Amino acid sequence: MARIQLQDVRKSYAGQEVIHGVTIDIANGEFVVIVGPSGCGKSTLLRMVAGLEEITSGTISIGDRVVNHLEPRDRNIAMVFQNYALYPHMTVRDNMAYGLKLAGMPKADIDAAVARAAAMLELEPYLDRKPRALSGGQRQRVAMGRALVREPAAFLLDEPLSNLDAKLRVQMRLQIKDLHQRTGQTTLYVTHDQVEAMTLADRLVVMEKGVAQQIATPYEVYTTPANEFVAGFIGSPAMNIFDARCEGQDLILPGGHRVTVASCPAEAIRLGLRPEDIEAVTHAPDAFPVVLQSVEWLGADAYGYCVIEGSDTRLTLRMPGNAPLAKGDRLLISLSRSRLHFFSPEDGRRLA
Amino acid sequence: MHDGTTSPLAARGAARTLAHLWMILGVIIVAFPIYYVFIASTHSVQTILRPPLPLLPGPEAARNYGDAFSGGIGRIGGVSLWRLLGNTTLIALGIAVGKIAISMASAYAIVFFRFPFRMACFWLIFITLMLPVEVRIQPTYKVMVDLGLIDTYAGLILPLIASATATLLFRQFFMTIPDELLEAARVDGAGPWRFFKDILWPLSLTNVAAIFVIQFIYGWTQYLWPLLVTNSNEMNTIVIALKKMISFADADTPWNLVMVTSVLAILPPILVVVLMQRWFVKGLVETEK
Repeated sequence: MARIQLQDVRKSYAGQEVIHGVTIDIANGEFVVIVGPSGCGKSTLLRMVAGLEEITSGTISIGDRVVNHLEPRDRNIAMVFQNYALYPHMTVRDNMAYGLKLAGMPKADIDAAVARAAAMLELEPYLDRKPRALSGGQRQRVAMGRALVREPAAFLLDEPLSNLDAKLRVQMRLQIKDLHQRTGQTTLYVTHDQVEAMTLADRLVVMEKGVAQQIATPYEVYTTPANEFVAGFIGSPAMNIFDARCEGQDLILPGGHRVTVASCPAEAIRLGLRPEDIEAVTHAPDAFPVVLQSVEWLGADAYGYCVIEGSDTRLTLRMPGNAPLAKGDRLLISLSRSRLHFFSPEDGRRLA
Repeated sequence: MHDGTTSPLAARGAARTLAHLWMILGVIIVAFPIYYVFIASTHSVQTILRPPLPLLPGPEAARNYGDAFSGGIGRIGGVSLWRLLGNTTLIALGIAVGKIAISMASAYAIVFFRFPFRMACFWLIFITLMLPVEVRIQPTYKVMVDLGLIDTYAGLILPLIASATATLLFRQFFMTIPDELLEAARVDGAGPWRFFKDILWPLSLTNVAAIFVIQFIYGWTQYLWPLLVTNSNEMNTIVIALKKMISFADADTPWNLVMVTSVLAILPPILVVVLMQRWFVKGLVETEK
C-alpha cells in the first residue's frame, strides 16, 4: 500500500505533447478513477504510472520513491488490462502464480497466496482450467486475481469492465468496490464509463485532451463542475448548456424569456442546466414555454427533448415516467434557481 | 436437376458418388508410383527387367532387404545403408533445428525489440528470399572450401540453414501476439528471456512443429548441395547414394536394391509427417493467441 504522486507529468510522442502536465496526489488506500472520452490520454497516464510508457518530463513516485526510470516489475504495482491479457497456455492457477514465481517466492507461499485470492474471487472451481475455457466474467476475475496475489503497493486497472456485458459489468463493479473496501489498496482505475467512475471513485480525475480538467470527489464534480467540458461530460443525459445574457438580476434566455436570479457573474455567460433541475409546472413566476420534440421513455424516468419557444435552443428534461406527455406538447417549465451553472463564454471556466 | 424423374436427393447422392470416384482416382494416381516402388522392391532384378511388372508383392522381399542392409551395394563405395540413413537424418535434423533456432531468434529481435536499423535488418533478411541456395551456390561453395568445411556435416547443414522463410513465418506469428500479453509479463517481472521461454515458446509450439516438418523434409530431400560439398562416399546422403547406384546400362543396375533404398529413403519423411500431422495442420491453420 502506498501513496502515488504525479508531479507535472508530461508525455510527448515525436515532439507532439499528448499529456500536458498532470499533477495528482493519491492518498494511501484511495480509489481514484480517471475518466474521459476516448483519446483523452487517460490510458497513457495509467501506463506511465505502470512503467509501460516513458515519461517525457515530471516525476511519478509510488510510496515516496521516484519511479520514473524503474521497470514495471520494480515499481511494485499490479495491473489489470482491458482484454485481461491472461497467458493462454497456462492454467488459472499458473496465471496467478506466475508473477510470484518470478519474484522467487517459495512454492508453499505461492500456493497460499493463490488460494487466498481464489477464495476471495470465488475462482476455486476453475483453478486448473485454461483461460479459453472460461467465460468473460471469469477471465476478468482471474485478471483481478493475478493482480491481487501480488499484494502490490498500488492497483492499476485499465478499463477492466468494458469487455463485459451490461449485467455482468454491474456485478463486477460491485465486486471491485467490495474488494477495495476489504483490501484497502491504493487503486487507480481508468474508464470511459461515467457510471463506473461515479460509483467507484473516492476521487475523480476528469481528463480531456491530455489535461486533468478537474480532480475532485464525484459529488463535487457533479454539483460544481470546474468547466464546461466537465459539466457536459459527467451526467446523463448531459447537462443543457447554452448562451444567455444577464441584465442586472435578470437572466435573459434564448427566445427573450426572463428569469430573475440572485446574482449573475457576468454579462455574457454560458448557462448550464441539469435535466433534473428543470420542472414542468402549470403556473409559476418566471416559468417559460417549451415545445416537446420527442420523448424517450425509460420506465421510471422519461427524457423530454424540447425547444425553448421563440428560439432554436434545445433543452433536455428529466421527467417522471408517468408524466402524460407526447410529441408536440407545449409545456411551461421553471428552473431551480439554486442549481444554475455559469461558465465563461471565452474559456469555459466556471464562474462563481 | 428438378425434372421429376430424379429427386434432388438422388441427384445429390449421384453427385457425391461422382465426387468420391474422382477423389479416389486422384489418390490412386498419386499413390500408385509409390506402391509400385514397394512392389518392385520385393522382386528379383530379372522379374523387374522383364515387363510387365507384377502388381502384387513378390517372394524376394526378405532377400532384397537383407542384401541392402548387409552391404550388398558395391557401387556406392561399400557404405552401409545405415550410415547413409544416419547421415541424412543428421542433416535433416540439423537443418530443421538450426533453422528454427535462428529464425525464432531473429524474428524475436525484429518484432519485440526496438534497435537502430531494425527495419534495415528485416529487409536484409527478407531479400535473402530472392537468393536461394542455387543462385548463390558458387560463392557459398568458395566460402565452404575456405573454411575447410567440405565433407563435413557443418558444411552440409550451415548453408541450408540460412534462409528467410521461417523468420518471416515466425515474425507473422509473433505480430499476432497482443501487446498486452507482453506488458502483463513485464508487470509480472519477466525479462526478455523469461518472456520468450515462459510465454512465447509455449505459444509458438504448433508453428514450430509445422516448420520442423517442412524443414525436415526440405533437408531430407536435398540433392544439389550435398552432391557438391561431399567428395567422400562416407558423407553421402541417401538421395545421392540412390543416384550413384543407377548405372547407364540397365542390366548393370541392381534395380531391386535401388527400389529397397527408395522405400527406405521415403519412409522417415512419411513417419515425420504422420507423427506430427496433428500439430502440423494446427500450426498452419490456427492462429491461436
